Amino acid sequence: MSKSVDQIFVSAKQWLLSQLTAAPSWVVQIASSLANIFALLAVFLTLFALMSVLERKILGRIQNRYGPNRVGPFGLLQPVADGIKMLIKEDIVPERADKIVHFLAPILIAAAAILALGVIPYGRNMTPFTIDGGILFFFAVGSTTELAIFMAGWGSNNKFSMLGAMRAIAQMISYELPLIITVLPVVMVVGSLTPDRIVAAQAGYTFGFVPRWFVFTPWGATAFILFFVSGLVESNRTPFDVPEGESEIVAGHMTEYSGFKYATFFMAEYIGMFAITGLAATLFLGGWHSPVSALEFIPSYVWFFAKLSALLFVYIWLRGTLPRTRVDQIMNFAWKFILPMSFTCVIAAAVWHYAGRGLRGWLWSLLVIAIVYNALSMLLDTQRKFAPRIYRFAE
Amino acid sequence: MSSAAVVIIAILTLAAALAAATLQKLMHATLSFAVAVVGVAALFFLLGAEFVGLVLVFVYIGAVAVLIVFTILLTRRDVGKDRGANWGGPFLAVAVFGALTWAILKTQSVAIVAPHDRAVTVKRIGEALMTSYVWPLQCVGLLLTAALIGALVLVMEEKR
Repeated sequence: MSKSVDQIFVSAKQWLLSQLTAAPSWVVQIASSLANIFALLAVFLTLFALMSVLERKILGRIQNRYGPNRVGPFGLLQPVADGIKMLIKEDIVPERADKIVHFLAPILIAAAAILALGVIPYGRNMTPFTIDGGILFFFAVGSTTELAIFMAGWGSNNKFSMLGAMRAIAQMISYELPLIITVLPVVMVVGSLTPDRIVAAQAGYTFGFVPRWFVFTPWGATAFILFFVSGLVESNRTPFDVPEGESEIVAGHMTEYSGFKYATFFMAEYIGMFAITGLAATLFLGGWHSPVSALEFIPSYVWFFAKLSALLFVYIWLRGTLPRTRVDQIMNFAWKFILPMSFTCVIAAAVWHYAGRGLRGWLWSLLVIAIVYNALSMLLDTQRKFAPRIYRFAE
Repeated sequence: MSSAAVVIIAILTLAAALAAATLQKLMHATLSFAVAVVGVAALFFLLGAEFVGLVLVFVYIGAVAVLIVFTILLTRRDVGKDRGANWGGPFLAVAVFGALTWAILKTQSVAIVAPHDRAVTVKRIGEALMTSYVWPLQCVGLLLTAALIGALVLVMEEKR
C-alpha cells in the first residue's frame, strides 16, 4: 500500500506513456520529457504562489502584524490577486533602453532557474532528468544567472540598474566558489556527481536511529552551513540583498521593469531559492530519505518537500530577523572566512574517509575543523573592539 | 532526429559566432559570444560528452563572458556607443578557422579514430585526470591557488 502511494506519480506517468505504444520512440521520449516539465512547472509555480503568501504571513507574525488576510480564507488567494494585478499592469520599456537585451533578461533568468530544478531527485525514482553530472549541470545553469542579471542591469540603461547588477555579479561570483567547494566533500565521499547516487549514499541509520545524512558528520554540518549561507547570497536574499537594496538603489537590476517582467524576476528569484534549498536537502539532509526508520511508510516526496519547506522557513525567518549587510562586509566574509572554511571541509572529509568513516573519523574531522575555525577567528581578529569607521573618499 | 538537431544547432552557433564578430555594440557581441558557447556545448551534449559541454558552459559563460563584461565596463567609457565597422574580427576569425582546418586536415591520426567502446563518462575523465594527467592537474591547481592567494592579498586591508 505505502509502496504504491510512494510511486503514485511514477506510475501515473508510466500509465500516461503507455497510451502512446503505437507512436515511434522519439515521440515517447519527447512526451516523457514534456510530462516531467509540466509536473515540475505545476508543482513549483504552485509552491511559488504559496511561498509568496506564506512569506508575507510569516514576516507579518515576526513583525507583530497580520499580513495579507483579505483575499480568500486566511488571505490564501492573495497570489492570484497579485498575479492578475501584475498581468494587467502596463509594460514600460525605457526610451533609451537596449530593447532586445531588456526583453531577454527576465526570460533567461527564469529559464536558468527552472532548468536547475530538473536534476534534483524529488522522491524515489522521481528525478525529472537523470544526467551523469547532475550537480555540475546545476551549477553550470546557475552560472548563466549572472549574465542574465547583468543583461537586465545593462539593458535598462539606468544607473541604479547598473549598480545593482554590478553588486549582484560581484557577490554572486564571490560566493559561487564556496558554494561549489562545499559540494566537493559530498562528491568526494560518494564518488559520484549524480544526485540520485548522493541520495542513495545517505540511506540507512547508524546505531539504528541516527540517519546517515551527511549533515550529521562534522565536515557535513560545516559544509551545510557554508552552503546554506552561500545559497542565501546566490539568491540575493536578506541579509545579502544589497543588489536590490531598496533604500539605496531603488530595486537594483529590476528598477526599470514593470508588470509581468517584474513578476518574472520575482518568480525566478523564488524558483532559484527552491533549487538551492532542494540541492541543500539532497546533498546534506538525505534527500527524500526519512529521518526515522519507523516513519518510512510516509512517501518519499513528502519528506523531500518537508525538508525543502523547513529550509525555506529558515530563509523567511532570516529575512524577518537580520538587517542588510554592507557590500564590503559581504566580500570580506566570502574571501576571508567562508572560502578557507570550505577548503577545510574538503580536507576534513578526506580525514573522515581515511580514518575509517566511523567514530574515529568523526572526531578527527571535528578536530581539523575546530583547529581551522579557531585559527581563522584569531587571524581575523574577531574580538577587535569596533572604533568609529573612518571613510576615506577617493580624491 | 539527432542529425537534424546537429544541423539546427550548428546553424544557430554559426549565426551567433558571426554576430559576435560583426555586431556594432561590444556588449551585444559579448552576449552573442555566450550564445555561440551554448551552441557548442549543445553539440557536445549531442555527442554524448556531457562533461565537456557542462564545463564549457560553466567556464565560458559563468567566468569568461562575465569577465569580458567586467573588462568592457571598467575600461571603456563608450560602452553604449557604436564602434563602427570592424572587419578585423571576421578577418581574424577566418584566419584562425583556416589555420585550424589546415592543421586538422594535415594531421594523420584524426582520420582514423577508433570507435569508442565506452561512453566518455565523468567518472572516466576523473580517473584519467587522477592517473595519467595528475601532474598537469596539480600544476593547474597550484596556479589557481596562487591566483586565490593573490586575490586575498589584494583585498587585505592596508596596515596604517
